[in-house]
Amino acid sequence: MSEAPAMPRYYLTTEHHPENGTLLGFWLYLMSDCLVFACLFAVYAVLGRHYAGGPTGAQLFDLPVVAVNTSLLLLSSITYGFAMLAMNGNRLRETLLWLALTGALGAGFIGLELREFAHLVAEGAGPQRSAFLSSFFTLVGTHGLHVSFGILWLATLMVQLARHGLTAANRRRVMCLSMFWHFLDVVWIGVFTVVYLLGVLP
Amino acid sequence: MSGDAHEHDSAIEHSGSLKDYVTGFLLAVMLTAIPFWLVMAKVFFAQPGITAAIIIALAVVQIVIHMVYFLHMNTRAEGGWSLLALLFTTMLVVIALSGSLWVMYHLDHNMMPAGSPMSMPGANPDPRNMP
Repeated sequence: MSEAPAMPRYYLTTEHHPENGTLLGFWLYLMSDCLVFACLFAVYAVLGRHYAGGPTGAQLFDLPVVAVNTSLLLLSSITYGFAMLAMNGNRLRETLLWLALTGALGAGFIGLELREFAHLVAEGAGPQRSAFLSSFFTLVGTHGLHVSFGILWLATLMVQLARHGLTAANRRRVMCLSMFWHFLDVVWIGVFTVVYLLGVLP
Repeated sequence: MSGDAHEHDSAIEHSGSLKDYVTGFLLAVMLTAIPFWLVMAKVFFAQPGITAAIIIALAVVQIVIHMVYFLHMNTRAEGGWSLLALLFTTMLVVIALSGSLWVMYHLDHNMMPAGSPMSMPGANPDPRNMP
């Protein structure tokens, strides 16, 4: 028995379970979500120029509004980053303030997008008009739905933070939403490039 | 490595510093402003192919910037599993996108009867016959 500590160990003495399994699991969910968007991008890439005699992207898209929308989403990404920094510094009020600002920027983004959609439908350029518009509304609408659910999650999380403070569970939730939020901004890079900028090119 | 040290490392990997966020933000602003300017100011109006190539390249760079500075992707996070999952997903995305475009382009090309108005680029068929 006395030579036992000197023996090499070929097994783990601690529990073989990652401490932050939730974060890896959530990342895997985001990767599967990424595949959903990849399919919708592929549909748009195939159908995006099938106008069926209807309006084209160059006629419909209002690039200054898209630029404002892109800025709102990019700003909301950095305000979320500041919320994460405030959380790491254990400053609850500051965290809540940055999260509220993030939510407001996200709501502004959704507001402008809904205004654009309403405008298109009123012009007779709804999703049923052409294959181009069907794929446009599906892709951009799916991204918009993700952002809307992100805002709902954000509001719920702010209530939990206000009630229970920066507990371990709440920190984990803030980290997951952070990944979700930044991921949506990454998808938006694809949307504004492929749908709007390439869409208005001849 | 003890359990405590591992937890500590992971927490740092998932947050990043103020410098990271500001650097990422400034790079993202530049990489967003340039493509919008190229298209809105019609810089290469005569050659849309050049504009398309540049804005797609800038989008790819910006996605990498977001991954590194906002999502803190690196080879160490979650013991490398996050990056592995990302690379695998990227491969699937590239196959799905390039495969769809390739197959559907050739399908369009081959399904059109020779000499029909549909086979002429820019032809405007009767919209009543379209879905």
